[in-house]
Amino acid sequence: MWKTILRRILIMIPQLFLLSVLVFILAKMMPGDPLSGSFQQGQSAAQMAALRQQYGLNNPWYIQYASWVGNMLHGDLGQSFVYKRSVTGLIGERAVNTFWLALMSTVILYVIAIPAGVIAGRYEGSKRDSAISVTSFILMAVPPFVFYLLALIFFGFFLQWFPTGGSVSSTYNPGTLGYVWDRIYHMILPALVAGIITTPSTIQYLRTGVIDNTNQDFVRTARSKGVPDRVIFNKHILRNSLLPIAAFMGNQITSLLGGSVILETVFSYPGMGQLFVSSMTSRDYPVVISLVLLFGFLTLLGNLLSDIIMSIVDPRIRIE
Amino acid sequence: MDKPEDLLLDVQHLHTGFRLGDAFYDAVDDVSITLRKDEILAIVGESGSGKSTLATSIIGLHDMRNTKVTGDILYNNLNLVGLNETLFDRIRGKDIGMIFQDPLAALNPLMRIGEQIEETLVYHTKMNKEERDKRVLELLSQVGIPNPKRTARSYPHELSGGMRQRIVIAIAIACKPPIIIADEPTTALDVTIQAQILDLLEDIQREMHSGIILITHDLGVVAETADRVAVMYAGQIVESGTVMDVFKHPTHPYTRSLLRSMPQAESDDDELHVIQGVVPSLKNMQMKGCRFAPRIPWIPASAHEEHPTMHEVAPDHFVQCTCYKDFYFPDDDQAAEKGE
Repeated sequence: MWKTILRRILIMIPQLFLLSVLVFILAKMMPGDPLSGSFQQGQSAAQMAALRQQYGLNNPWYIQYASWVGNMLHGDLGQSFVYKRSVTGLIGERAVNTFWLALMSTVILYVIAIPAGVIAGRYEGSKRDSAISVTSFILMAVPPFVFYLLALIFFGFFLQWFPTGGSVSSTYNPGTLGYVWDRIYHMILPALVAGIITTPSTIQYLRTGVIDNTNQDFVRTARSKGVPDRVIFNKHILRNSLLPIAAFMGNQITSLLGGSVILETVFSYPGMGQLFVSSMTSRDYPVVISLVLLFGFLTLLGNLLSDIIMSIVDPRIRIE
Repeated sequence: MDKPEDLLLDVQHLHTGFRLGDAFYDAVDDVSITLRKDEILAIVGESGSGKSTLATSIIGLHDMRNTKVTGDILYNNLNLVGLNETLFDRIRGKDIGMIFQDPLAALNPLMRIGEQIEETLVYHTKMNKEERDKRVLELLSQVGIPNPKRTARSYPHELSGGMRQRIVIAIAIACKPPIIIADEPTTALDVTIQAQILDLLEDIQREMHSGIILITHDLGVVAETADRVAVMYAGQIVESGTVMDVFKHPTHPYTRSLLRSMPQAESDDDELHVIQGVVPSLKNMQMKGCRFAPRIPWIPASAHEEHPTMHEVAPDHFVQCTCYKDFYFPDDDQAAEKGE
């Protein structure tokens, strides 16, 4: 198994290479160059040309590509033109915010979705099942941005229970308990809404899984052995029903790590999704291409993670 | 002729109805059978005749929200009909073991073989973990698994169909139940494996002196393994008796047709005999008269107007038919033997 995982990781290298070429070409094809965005008053055309020369923008594309990749391998993703600081540091800072938000919303997702799906499936056709199913279908139908905005308006502006933006108030110093608590406080509302809005698919997968598995022959076998119902449910039905959830877990985790563009924009939460959008609009190419590359890497990683999780929970799947 | 202590299971006037819409329809309609110690009772019939429903009623595996069971299933002075689930859990697996048809579906894909066999022992014996592990290996070799230790650690998908069926059998016999119900145990298997599994069942029956109810649609299997046979049609037992009696002197038109539908090596006929029509569905079941009548249109309606009742044509050979004495089955050369 370890060999396979290593091989899968090695395969990711050519995949990432192709992605990087693609991203680089796309970035080159976009109108203007990084300096057009940073044009300042009083700068002459000659000064611009000198800067272009200095940044190597007059070199052929493959030399530019080689130096970009070379720097990247040293952990240098270049300079952000907007923030005037290293992209590595900028993404690193945003990644921390996104990571905690992602973790919190994932926990909320599973804490809500697993019991809800299990109850709906186990008591199929009951009032509880109808309530859960109807709610989850409504949530599935509501566009996320509408849901986020409504939550923000209601809980943020109207009731003022939660802050309406940012990741921490400026009044706290890093390292203090108040600072940690304030960060959590800023995360609660976005994490809650992001968690809730993603529950329907998990609930429905689990509900269908429980219903399907209850009628499986192996459950009948277990009953014919005289195993009590409670044990049959936990040991035979539930475990089999959780398989599809486990299959999605890898991608779920990495997609959340990539940051939600809409969520972070609505809540002005300084994470990677918001960084991506703002860099896009301000043509901060070094940041954009680094992020695209990172998202590509996360997708590949998510697939690998899903396969590894599946091979752990389902004995029929072995990655050899 | 029955010694009462030999009687294992006494099913009397069993009705099992399934809910379709608002009403219940009997898939098993007034069935009475007995199972004795040391015998294999075959229940034979077409698909839809209610034979599996009968089996599931005995071991109480129906979804009780949509099923209505009435009548008596007497075991050890206990009526299994309407028994509460907690008590029934103590009987299932311990006193009645069940072998299922599709051995892949019957095993949990996520559990090791050893664990699945052990589960029965956990709830019915006081064995500790070590004793249970030992018993699992014992059972695996009893059902003819070549490498018990390795098999106990493997998962169902790693075994062949025949091996899986042996595992299902090992689960059923783990607590040495006096009653074993085998629901079409060979249907999903190759012919060569079928014979091995039937041999295994016979060995188990001889060793443990259990009574086995063997459900099948294969008359060849019945002839080979069973001691007694009950022929089921449309939820009712239409004929029952020793395998010898029923095969030599089939009396009910349905039994005759079934026997004629078996492919025979020595037969000169090019075409196989086919019974016209199909078993009526639950909703279309006629409540009065012989249910097989519509499929034998050449018998005059007058021959089976009243509701058929059980007749004992020979000792321990019963047939439920109004016309068994009165008509000559036109395409049956065995009919001549009827007069003897």
